[in-house]
Amino acid sequence: MKKIIVIGATSTIAEATCRLFAAEGDMLYLVGRNEAILKEISEDLKLRGANAIKYQVQDLNSISKHNEIFDKATQFMGDIDLIFIAHGTLPNQSECEKSVEKTINEFSTNAISVISLLTHASNILEAYSKGMIVVISSVAGDRGRESNYIYGSAKGAVSIFLEGLRGRLEKKGVKVITIKPGFVDTKMTNGIDKNFLWSSPEKVAKGIKVAVDNEKDIVYLPGYWKYIMYIVKLIPGFIFKKLSL
Amino acid sequence: MKIKNYHSWGRYPYPKSLDQKVRPLFSQDQIDLSVSKNETLLPYGNGRSYGDSCLNNGGTLIHTRGLNQFIEFDSEKGILKCEAGVLISEVIDLILPSGWFLMATPGTRFVTIGGAIANDVHGKNHHKAGTFGCHVLGFELMRSDGQKLFCSKDKNKGLFLSTIGGLGLTGLITWAKFSLLRVESALMDVETISFKNLDEFFHISKSSDESYDYTVAWIDSLAKGSEIGRGVFKRANHSLSASLSQSKPKRMSIPINPPFSLVNKSSLKIFNFLYQWNSSRKKGRNSENIIPFFYPLDSIQNWNNIYGQKGFLQYQCVIPMKNAKRVIREILERISISQQGSFLAVLKVFGNIKSPGMLSFPRPGVTLALDFPNKGDKLFKLLHELDQIVISSEGAIYPAKDARMSSETFYASFPELKEFSTFIDPIFSSSFWRRVEGDQI
Repeated sequence: MKKIIVIGATSTIAEATCRLFAAEGDMLYLVGRNEAILKEISEDLKLRGANAIKYQVQDLNSISKHNEIFDKATQFMGDIDLIFIAHGTLPNQSECEKSVEKTINEFSTNAISVISLLTHASNILEAYSKGMIVVISSVAGDRGRESNYIYGSAKGAVSIFLEGLRGRLEKKGVKVITIKPGFVDTKMTNGIDKNFLWSSPEKVAKGIKVAVDNEKDIVYLPGYWKYIMYIVKLIPGFIFKKLSL
Repeated sequence: MKIKNYHSWGRYPYPKSLDQKVRPLFSQDQIDLSVSKNETLLPYGNGRSYGDSCLNNGGTLIHTRGLNQFIEFDSEKGILKCEAGVLISEVIDLILPSGWFLMATPGTRFVTIGGAIANDVHGKNHHKAGTFGCHVLGFELMRSDGQKLFCSKDKNKGLFLSTIGGLGLTGLITWAKFSLLRVESALMDVETISFKNLDEFFHISKSSDESYDYTVAWIDSLAKGSEIGRGVFKRANHSLSASLSQSKPKRMSIPINPPFSLVNKSSLKIFNFLYQWNSSRKKGRNSENIIPFFYPLDSIQNWNNIYGQKGFLQYQCVIPMKNAKRVIREILERISISQQGSFLAVLKVFGNIKSPGMLSFPRPGVTLALDFPNKGDKLFKLLHELDQIVISSEGAIYPAKDARMSSETFYASFPELKEFSTFIDPIFSSSFWRRVEGDQI
């Protein structure tokens, strides 16, 4: 049985992953914004086999409250084995382009809040000299695309932060896993036209579970995104800027 | 949002011909049923209906799969409350380890609970347990005016009885509560008997109904003359040996949809021969795992792809007992002469337990179901002729399998149609409904 904190637990991918944790009888501490949905998810996960479960309603943009999350979770479960950070928003890029405030807000939700949480999380696990941090970044963070660079730069910041953190924590016995999903059919991407490149949250959740079980470093999900991004990263900048991606 | 892969299981109407918007649901608390002018809505679960009853061409599908949470499981009394988008396969994963199974289940476990109610599905134990709807204790129905109504035998009874078997037309089921069946084991005690003709089928079926909870027969739709109706009868009970652990079922897949049907006269002959041979090998009593027993075709993912891009049609009718022997023979003869039949036809005697739904298909009599590769006009002509035979013997056609019956056939199949239509939500509609509605209501 693992003791797991799930931050952004109402996200579609987080919920699907939690079902796999629950099926193994893990203990879960869920954090999210919407109380009604957190309650429903908790009931469901209990039935699916979660050993024990508790939730906390918290807007993650209130960075000063982040330490409370870990305090309360530790009170509930004792030593934590896994910290899973899954929250995020998909900005409306064209609106952000016209507004400094919106841009900063989106960057804050997708990068600053994650970096704050990671700072707390890494200090806690470092003290234990064990455990695992799993964060959902994105393939969007691998390259700055014209159509989605606010989200992309936030995810890119998270990916690079994690890469550094991995070096620091691995020596202390703490594992850091970066999850880079491609296009996933979730609440966040509702309203976008879908094609064959899209995959289901269940499939991505399975990939996350495998990454956790096998203690991977960086995982593209589904796996073919590794090859797609390999090629995308090879495109020289002077061509990339003309592709209108 | 437009997504091309929202089609029905038979892939007819052709996926490419469909123009539907999709509104996926993620949470019971965030359901928006508001519409723009002339927009219509239809709930879409997991797309296992064969024809056009799960389609809303030109309109919007409310994709319910995201409503997939369990709400309450009473493992003492065997009652489950869950959201409408939960699959039967997910229900089994939850309940079987504590010794419960579905009271009634269709031949695939990849249908949603909402879909099971909306089509009032049935299974091999209809003669003992009736339809899925018989075991539904209640559900919440959301109407387009935003009301969420609890419906049961005692509350909102009209909506309860019209929604069971109501093809998604009465509103959106958000969650449902239903009773479960106590089982001791994840194994089935199965007996397989081959029979030479229809008379033998009726004889075996009659002598099995009492002491076997599950009965079904597969017949060779290519057989001719005196061999018409030859096949294999399976009867089974849940095993009493205490073993609830199940081995993980293996699944293979038909990953692509070939440009032409792989089902043709020669492949069928080989298949039916192999099936007979395999069954005769297994003749007698043996023990089978619960999943392959109930869901043999689920082991081949996307098996519908074998029919190619033209897809296939399934035909399922029920014939009242008094006419059954003669009419089933006549239908099988017509199919045999036409040489269009496919794989195995399924034959089963329904029992007398009344389905609650106004538009429920099962009723006392004999039901026959079979697949036909889509050969266009030639097939439609044959099926129309079969409809005439069915209707003149007071039988009915199953909407969940249908993509082409006439308005007249639909009306003749469902005497309570007029009353049903008063419960339809004003902005809910489907391709099926617009096709069969006619102007008689």
